[in-house]
Amino acid sequence: MTEEALKDLLYKIADDLLILGHRNSEWTGVGPLLEEDIAFSSMAQDKVGQSLAFYNLLHELGEQDPDTVAFTRNADQFHNSQFVELPIGEYDFSLIRHFLFDHADYIRFSMLAECPIEEVAQVAKKLKGEIKYHVMHANTWIKQLATANEEAHDRLQNSLNEALPYALGMFEPSKFENEIIEAGVYPGEKAIEEQWKENIVIVFEQAGLKLPDWDTVKPVYGGRYGKHTEHLQPLVEEMSEVFRVDPTADW
Amino acid sequence: MYGGGQVFESSSVNNELLKDEDPQKLAEFEARIARGEKIEPNDWMPKLYRKQLIRMIEQHAHSEIIGALPEGTWITRAPGFKRKLALMAKVQDEVGHAQLLYGAAETLGKNREQMIEDLITGKSKYSNIFNYPTFTWADSCFISWLVDAGAIVNQLANARGSYGPYCRALDRICAEESFHLKYGHHCVIHLATGTPKQREMMQEAVNRWWAPMMHFFGPSDKMSTHTQILTKWKVKMATNDECRQQFLDMYVPKIWELGLTIPDENLKKNSETGEWEFTEPDWEEFKRVINGDGPCNKERLAVRRTAEERGAWVRRALTAKTKGEEYVAPLA
Repeated sequence: MTEEALKDLLYKIADDLLILGHRNSEWTGVGPLLEEDIAFSSMAQDKVGQSLAFYNLLHELGEQDPDTVAFTRNADQFHNSQFVELPIGEYDFSLIRHFLFDHADYIRFSMLAECPIEEVAQVAKKLKGEIKYHVMHANTWIKQLATANEEAHDRLQNSLNEALPYALGMFEPSKFENEIIEAGVYPGEKAIEEQWKENIVIVFEQAGLKLPDWDTVKPVYGGRYGKHTEHLQPLVEEMSEVFRVDPTADW
Repeated sequence: MYGGGQVFESSSVNNELLKDEDPQKLAEFEARIARGEKIEPNDWMPKLYRKQLIRMIEQHAHSEIIGALPEGTWITRAPGFKRKLALMAKVQDEVGHAQLLYGAAETLGKNREQMIEDLITGKSKYSNIFNYPTFTWADSCFISWLVDAGAIVNQLANARGSYGPYCRALDRICAEESFHLKYGHHCVIHLATGTPKQREMMQEAVNRWWAPMMHFFGPSDKMSTHTQILTKWKVKMATNDECRQQFLDMYVPKIWELGLTIPDENLKKNSETGEWEFTEPDWEEFKRVINGDGPCNKERLAVRRTAEERGAWVRRALTAKTKGEEYVAPLA
């Protein structure tokens, strides 16, 4: 497998985590209740910290240091799925995204924990332990809220319908997909997607939320190739606003 | 952060409330406090004591949650991973402090929803310093270092007070604050010793925040209306001037050490009295801001109100299955 293929894989994982961590941190101080404010902040910190672990791996492969990579690129240089860059919306959308994303990442990291590239496997093993709790958090809230009253149920169902095409974009195959699968790095995006569909349906059944026929959901692709919604560039500019005042300064 | 002495002091203490108290019980209560015992939620306490403590702890809690806003707005802009992660954790701590403090206040019989309602309707106050804007990254660094430092001065004093749940909450809060202080100091050092642009940002922040910082500890003891009874009951553990002097003594040398100037040419330590001398802060401005006419009062409350409204459906859903069950006060 070429180094380029490995870097592409690491970039998409890192960028997903950074952008979603950044988005979820926007809830800090304005969450729906204090306990959830604190929980969302914890998970946002985990995500940003996890992205740093992957940028560090990239740095070891010769890419620039994590701060430069994260804080000086433009939107079209990011490899995250469009799903994670969407605005936080109302809490129901953020919760549904958290649920759908973490279920996918838990599978991704479980697979990467078996990866023959030892450095990647080590990081994946460690982070899988954190994501396990994120999944538990998401499952608990989805079940509790969706079965509480009609208002909460309908909000979650609507957000789910809105999120699904973007969520499928998480599994957009990269141009190195076959190369990575053949090298045994992990079983690939299609395999994650299938497992993910099996896992989420279990929770949705308990929560009384309906999944549509998958054939009717058209995935929103493009993010893995640098094609993004209009929401990413402003996010990137905000994130780097201070850093760009003087990128060579020690902040 | 963020407890400032000035807020809970402003209203007059209504001694009328003391008239109906059983003299025997009152004497026993005061004897316990004099012996250094802690008062616990189910112990007998005068109505006035309960009222003052609710007021004080509630306003401290509000200060934490409102104080999360001027710093929280810099989470998405913090320069670099190290600062971003640290600031996220710091602001999260502040929200956690609010949670702890609302819990401590709830042990006295007022529930969180009522307290937050009083906050967003403007009935209840919070630390005045958060009615000022954070224009730059350096402003957020000033808060993290020096506003937190000021709060620690207040809170360490109050942690020796008489109400058990509040003291225990403050002990935990102060332990976390000491990390905030280190983070804030580290940020300020980097700016103050950095590039010319960074130094300029930091100096401008000090210039902007010095007056609010002097206001932070509340009006001079000479002007203060507080009564001796709060001191006797160990509700108030240090006067405004004592806290301000302690803060100046600990931090002015550290600020000067970084090559920053403080916008008060009269600021100096009198070597004979050992007291700091300074230009009297503009107390008219202080009053004006605390009464709602500061640069950010409306915005802060609007943000909080919007957050409450947007999250209302979640709280409705959480209580949907517990309708009719009795309210349970948190453990002290």
